[in-house]
Amino acid sequence: MDIKLLNVAPTEDEKEAVDLLLGPALSGWDGGERDALTDTRVAEGGHESREDRHLLLPVLWAVQDRIGYISAPALAYISKRMTIAPAEVYGVASFYMMLATEPTPPRVLHVCEDIACKCLGSDDLIATLQERFGPEGAVSADGRSTWHRSPCLGQCDRGPAVLMMEAGLEPFTRTYAPASTATALAVLSEEEGVAGTEPSEPYQLGDPSLRLLRRIGVIDPLSLDDYRAKGGYDALRAAVSLGPAGVIREIKDSRLMGRGGAAFPTGVKWEAVAQQPARPKFLICNADESEPGTFKDRVIMEGDPCSLVESMTIAGYAMGVENGFIYLRGEYPEAERALQSAIDQAYDRGLLGDDIMGEGFTFDLEIRRGAGAYICGEETAIFNSIEGYRGEPRSKPPFPVEKGVFQKPTAINNVETLINVLDVIRRSGPGYAETGTTGSTGMKLFCLSGNIERPGVYEVPFGGTLRELIDLAGGVPDGREIQAVLLGGAAGSFVRPDELDIELSFEAVREAKTTLGSGVVMVFDDTVNMHGILQRIAQFFRNESCGQCVPCRVGTVRQQEALARLASGKPRGGVETELELIAEIGGCMRDASICGLGQAASSAVESAIDRLGVFKEGAR
Amino acid sequence: MANEIIQAGLANMAFIEHSTENFENYKAHVAEYTLERAEELTGVPAEAIREVAHAYAKADRAMISWTLGITEHHTGVDNVLSLISLALVCGHVGRYGSGLNPLRGQNNVQGGGDMGAIPNRLPGFQDIENDHAAREKFSKAYGVPIRDRYGWHLTQMFHGMETGELKYCYIIGENPAQSDADSTRVRKLLGGLDFLVVQDIFATKTAELADVILPGSASWCESNGTVTNSERRVQRVRKALDPPGEAMDDQWILAELAKRLGFAWDYPTSEDIWNELRSLSPMHTGMSYARLEELGGIQWPCPEDGHPGSPRLHERLWADPVQGMLATFVPVHDRPPFEATDAEFPIRLTTGRRLESYNTGVQTEKFTSPLHVGEFLELCPEDMERMNLEDGEIVRVSSRRGAVESPVRTDVRLRPGLGFMTYHFPDQVDVNVLTIDAVDEKSGTAEFKACAIKVEKLAEGEQTMTAYADRELVAGD
Amino acid sequence: MSDPVMMMPKRMVELEVDGQTVKVFEGETILDACNKVEIDTPTLCFGETLQPKNACRVCVVEVEGARVLQPSCSRKAEAGMKVHTNSERVRASRRMVLELLASSVDLSTTSVAPEYLEAYEARPEKFGPQAPPDTHRDHHRAGHSAVTDGQLAATVYQGIKIDNELYTRDYSKCILCYKCVDACGEQWQNTFAISVAGRGFDARISTEFVVPLPESACVYCGNCIQVCPTGALMFKSEHDLREEGEWREEEQTVTTTICTYCGVGCNLELHVQDNSIVKVTSPPDHSITHGNLCIKGRFGFQHAQARDGAKK
Repeated sequence: MDIKLLNVAPTEDEKEAVDLLLGPALSGWDGGERDALTDTRVAEGGHESREDRHLLLPVLWAVQDRIGYISAPALAYISKRMTIAPAEVYGVASFYMMLATEPTPPRVLHVCEDIACKCLGSDDLIATLQERFGPEGAVSADGRSTWHRSPCLGQCDRGPAVLMMEAGLEPFTRTYAPASTATALAVLSEEEGVAGTEPSEPYQLGDPSLRLLRRIGVIDPLSLDDYRAKGGYDALRAAVSLGPAGVIREIKDSRLMGRGGAAFPTGVKWEAVAQQPARPKFLICNADESEPGTFKDRVIMEGDPCSLVESMTIAGYAMGVENGFIYLRGEYPEAERALQSAIDQAYDRGLLGDDIMGEGFTFDLEIRRGAGAYICGEETAIFNSIEGYRGEPRSKPPFPVEKGVFQKPTAINNVETLINVLDVIRRSGPGYAETGTTGSTGMKLFCLSGNIERPGVYEVPFGGTLRELIDLAGGVPDGREIQAVLLGGAAGSFVRPDELDIELSFEAVREAKTTLGSGVVMVFDDTVNMHGILQRIAQFFRNESCGQCVPCRVGTVRQQEALARLASGKPRGGVETELELIAEIGGCMRDASICGLGQAASSAVESAIDRLGVFKEGAR
Repeated sequence: MANEIIQAGLANMAFIEHSTENFENYKAHVAEYTLERAEELTGVPAEAIREVAHAYAKADRAMISWTLGITEHHTGVDNVLSLISLALVCGHVGRYGSGLNPLRGQNNVQGGGDMGAIPNRLPGFQDIENDHAAREKFSKAYGVPIRDRYGWHLTQMFHGMETGELKYCYIIGENPAQSDADSTRVRKLLGGLDFLVVQDIFATKTAELADVILPGSASWCESNGTVTNSERRVQRVRKALDPPGEAMDDQWILAELAKRLGFAWDYPTSEDIWNELRSLSPMHTGMSYARLEELGGIQWPCPEDGHPGSPRLHERLWADPVQGMLATFVPVHDRPPFEATDAEFPIRLTTGRRLESYNTGVQTEKFTSPLHVGEFLELCPEDMERMNLEDGEIVRVSSRRGAVESPVRTDVRLRPGLGFMTYHFPDQVDVNVLTIDAVDEKSGTAEFKACAIKVEKLAEGEQTMTAYADRELVAGD
Repeated sequence: MSDPVMMMPKRMVELEVDGQTVKVFEGETILDACNKVEIDTPTLCFGETLQPKNACRVCVVEVEGARVLQPSCSRKAEAGMKVHTNSERVRASRRMVLELLASSVDLSTTSVAPEYLEAYEARPEKFGPQAPPDTHRDHHRAGHSAVTDGQLAATVYQGIKIDNELYTRDYSKCILCYKCVDACGEQWQNTFAISVAGRGFDARISTEFVVPLPESACVYCGNCIQVCPTGALMFKSEHDLREEGEWREEEQTVTTTICTYCGVGCNLELHVQDNSIVKVTSPPDHSITHGNLCIKGRFGFQHAQARDGAKK
């Protein structure tokens, strides 16, 4: 491809950031030093470098991490190095919230404005920042820092949360949660000694019934030895003795269902991938945990990262997959560091790579860092993102098991789903299935947040009630009443306080026309203004829509506008008309959107209207 | 490449044995062109040549397409023969997705040949000298005897003008005063004719030399007829506009001329003319206007009504036994450009075209786009630096035949010692003053692709040309 | 290219569309099946020479057993499928899609819009008065939006881009069908001058960093104009005539001829008004270039009308 580029040279820093990731340029054609003798007689067509397109997002990150934004010269240099047209690179870069394409200071504080943090005072934090630092996007006097609002940072157990991303030679990203106004301002002004967060400790620590959380808070997450001392890698050993078909049989017998929200039988998925004749095949761990109110995967990855690496190795072994990716959301720097350490140590010990444990099978694993896009939790959007395209979902069929990432058979599983595999191997499939209900086997992680005494991740067997779970977390603060509970996250639905006896199992919630989604249980007490919550949910979907299809791209905007009119008491043509309009928009989004984002974008809003009666006379 | 393919055992011996002749000679002949020798001659690394040769030989289907970079050399025919031999070595001919494909630079350069507008063929490529029956047929149909000898090609015509044998000339829709090599000579010759008629849609530089100008029609949109494209596909052109002013349809002009010369042609329609052709040219017989319309064009040969046309020539080579003649390997030798570079003229100039422009620009000068930036001499960064030149600087470019002023700019696609220009903007930079009329003896094509030039910086106040951006746009000239 | 070597025999599949049995070739879509039995299906982002993007969702149909509606333009027909194209569920979604578009985009030059809006009784005005153009639209941060009071319906309106003499880009009229991007990119032109940038409601067609076309990779083939269903991309000649109120489509003739330039033989459709060529298109179903042209074929016609009677 004959790429036309702006005739501008990148800075040395920009060039170095790119070259460190891609290696040195091989000729004058791809950005290296021109050799008049050879370059004028041989030009590689660019096919080879285009095969590396999957490195586009990592390269964009490299520049973002080094400089703080992607300048036109840097983007042109990336284009040249990778033989990708600059318009395309710009299309990809401008898709992600965490990548800046306009001049931006090297330090950006991302301040969560999402619903869980809202319950915990983020509105006040933002108001104070506006007053004492300046409006969103304002730059500090030294030009080094700014702040922006952010969607859910996955710290809902300890909000309000902020995330500092600092670009430079040694870039670092760190979470502060809970962040007081003082903390946020101190971080913005580069004060020394402000401590970042530590991994969350479960309140159930020490509870012998724990299976998924049993090592969290107990072991040093950065020590493979610690992990092995607590039973780590026993499951992989057992899996190898079962053989690939044996592992899949156990998974099928366990009736393990996917925990990402769709509740698809894991064994069926694995078997389908194992049976695909096409090679190579891929395994992707969906760790783009971006559903507002969800943080269980973070807790696992921060507290017990080796368990995910082991689970994926077993999955790879069972399906004959040799390449795995962990697609991790960019907002999880602590999880990234923990996982990278787990992966590095596993390679060192022969637990990843070629001839694992001397058993003759290969499994390679790498982390791909997302860059701020909720839609990239949608499985086909992840494929596009990994491949270096805009994170837009694809049409299904074809399904991932047949044509997934790189158009090859792909198994894509959520973090929680994968670590359940260890439990299945440990107990055997039938043994695993003894826990839970008929339709929902095993243990389930729930993310308790909002107005609740002891927010955090809780592990319980399927089959208990919502009330029991809320009680386990201490209920709402003293003297307050539950107004509503959001199940499943922004893409889930609200239930009323009189529905707390609902059984927590896939089949029971389906029956009750709600969802477990990603395990979100967000509690709202009677002090919360539900109008504000709904408007934020609507704005969230508007901001996170990829923009590909009309129902979602415009529907999310029209939904937000209608809610704003209702909340401000200025409905057009009366409240009933507005509610009908919202239902109409919701119907079209649900029925005609390409992917789950659009299909669920009205779910919480409609449930608030229908179930809670939010806009009825006298309701808040 | 062919030698490497043969030496590596990648030649398609089954095809060669079945369908070709003279391979052993060819093989012996190319044996001297080892990869090392080829590298020495071309500068292209041996490894790259090997890689391409193997890729070409191993491909299921492979096609060679070329334009004037192959043919506008004094070795143009040899160059084409080399490509043909290369394709034959691998059997990449006469099958879907394979073959040899010279891309035509004009919309009807193929059609001109089809219609007999070449010195040695009647319409449908029937030989004037040797095909007596065809000559008979045409003589009868036209009502005039057809002489049994070849005419002159362009180069021979100019030679005829030089010797005084050619005194009259009728030029339709061509601008040789600017498009042909060594234009100083061409203009002198055209200007020295006893009588010159130019029929064109513009008053070109050639028309300025004419005794009579006949304003014609833009045949692609102001007239009806057919054209033949690179893939031998005959398609209909249709009249969408009336010609402006006193301009007339070319067919009318010719019929009128015939009338005044004493032939009553009676103003035939384009379809009448076409049907006459179909009755005389067997390869066109099956192409009625109705079928051309229905099928969106037909590729010749199409000998009878109902024939689908022929998307591929040379399928016959795969028939068993081969239908017609075997394909012959013709060994050729490497010969350098006619004019060598030397101490005085150290840079080789190659001319060519740019996407947005067309030939001498008489048509493409009439619309503006961001791509229209005028003429430049393009040089590689190393030469620019060596000569201390800056992008946009105006320099003097000279060859042994003349000198022009031109802006210069950097192009990384060029190598040291090689310059590039087009001839799209002859009123700005008259590039063909520089080019050489060394011609290929077999095709008569001039060596536009290689001549020797020198580039000199202009002294203060020496510059005479105006920048392209400052030029006066004369609408409709 | 239709070639005997490449043509494999295809199996037929039988499905039911609105109660009628239809047979189509394996690999054909529900839309193909609908066309076969002359069921009118609205389409906007569908382009006959492009792979279906199924982004607009106006062609959705109900397939029995499927949880959500299916885009007929891309969903392959399967044996035994039962398809409904006129159920209330289908009509409601199609209506809403049209209302969402018409309330946010200027559809004044989308030729099929009036017919579709009427057929589905769309009332785009129900979302309220439209928001004015946003001059900052090309620079919105991904994932951010201002809080709205909902009183004005957000639009994609922004200023028209006129940065060359050949064609204009009025993205206020853009429905984001992706066709121009696909035609410019790997499906046809391989120039990649434009891409979809930004995301969500702020997603837009853009060059890198919104540079004007003359600084971009654009080669002015106009293949984007050819596939644009909305008039967002328009010949400058058409734009100027419309501005002057002189665009009279009903008086125009369209004549198919062959390009005067190189030997490829591209077919041109000359749109002529008052003996002047005002626009050039190319038949998408012609096997030579499938509707694609280069700058000379698309815009190089001006010489024919730039001569004033020619010198005698």
